[in-house]
Amino acid sequence: MSSPAATDHATLNGEIAKPNTSWIWRVFFVLVAITAVEFAITFALEAQHFRTLRNSILIGLTILKAFFIVGEFMHLKHETKGLIWMILVPSTLLIWLLVALVTEGSFIGETMAHMFS
Amino acid sequence: MAQTTTLQPTAAPTLDAPRTGNWDGGNEPFKASYGKLMMWIFLLSDAFSFGAFLTTYGMIRHKHAVFTGEASAFHFSTKWWPIPDHVFNAFPGMGHANVPLGFVALMTMILIFSSVTMVLAVEAGHRMDKADVQKWLLWTILFGAIFLSSQAWEWGHFIRGHEEGTLMADGTVFHGANLAVNQYGPVLFADLFFFITGFHGTHVFSGVCLLVWCFIATTNGTFEKRGHYEMVEKIGLYWHFVDLVWVFVFTFFYLV
Repeated sequence: MSSPAATDHATLNGEIAKPNTSWIWRVFFVLVAITAVEFAITFALEAQHFRTLRNSILIGLTILKAFFIVGEFMHLKHETKGLIWMILVPSTLLIWLLVALVTEGSFIGETMAHMFS
Repeated sequence: MAQTTTLQPTAAPTLDAPRTGNWDGGNEPFKASYGKLMMWIFLLSDAFSFGAFLTTYGMIRHKHAVFTGEASAFHFSTKWWPIPDHVFNAFPGMGHANVPLGFVALMTMILIFSSVTMVLAVEAGHRMDKADVQKWLLWTILFGAIFLSSQAWEWGHFIRGHEEGTLMADGTVFHGANLAVNQYGPVLFADLFFFITGFHGTHVFSGVCLLVWCFIATTNGTFEKRGHYEMVEKIGLYWHFVDLVWVFVFTFFYLV
């Protein structure tokens, strides 16, 4: 992706600069392509037989999409390192929460299913 | 130590010039304005809210049994979690045609496209191009409103339910969903649908309100007089975040 910083040129001599939008459309097509792939995988791989593989691919592609939205559209890729870490470090803790509670959920389900048998 | 008789720090280094390091004050270590930084921190806290919602969804989904038979043999039952393509398979104006996830794919595209028009508005703001900012803000408002109406239709269909309905434990056939009972599966499935998509929809609605206000301010020349369109950028950050959340809701609620 070309640097969006190039769009930062302000008005020159009262004239409005030409729009620099090619990078925006490139990100858009990447996002559409990833969504299309996600959709194809949802129907190509049957959940009954490929549950883990299917879910891993879908979650991986979602994180890739998030990377493009946050990095390019929200401009985080071009901010200072401090700001990037300030956002990324707390967010990654959510993965821990998710894994811990999903595991907990499976355990509760198992326990309740076998409680009276 | 015993010789210290004055309160003056003896070993303090004398500065020839003020310190100018990144964190010594007097500058912006993040090279972002106060407003933008606060918007980022708000979005981080909002990410925790949505993260908690989706984690709850994951936990409750894993607590329930999975349908283990062939996909073609699937039917709704409170015994197992429903397969999303069987729940969300209607398209406006197509009657009872089976279009698994078709409408939600369209909604996703609309929201991604609204994100693109939002970046275009921000880009126009960098160039101080008032007319372009107005144009792209209007497009974003339009796509946001279309997304909200689509969600309203989706909710309507979810609440009214499928024609065949599901035979419940008390022997009656139930159609659709409310917070206490639904035809698709465990009670919590519908509850989580209402809470997660509802919370997201509320965010989209707030976003549209902010954009309308921003459009009015742009038209009045408020930002032009101020010399910069940073407000468009800050609202843009919020709008992209709403799009980002939908990307995750789309995966965890509809695809996985």
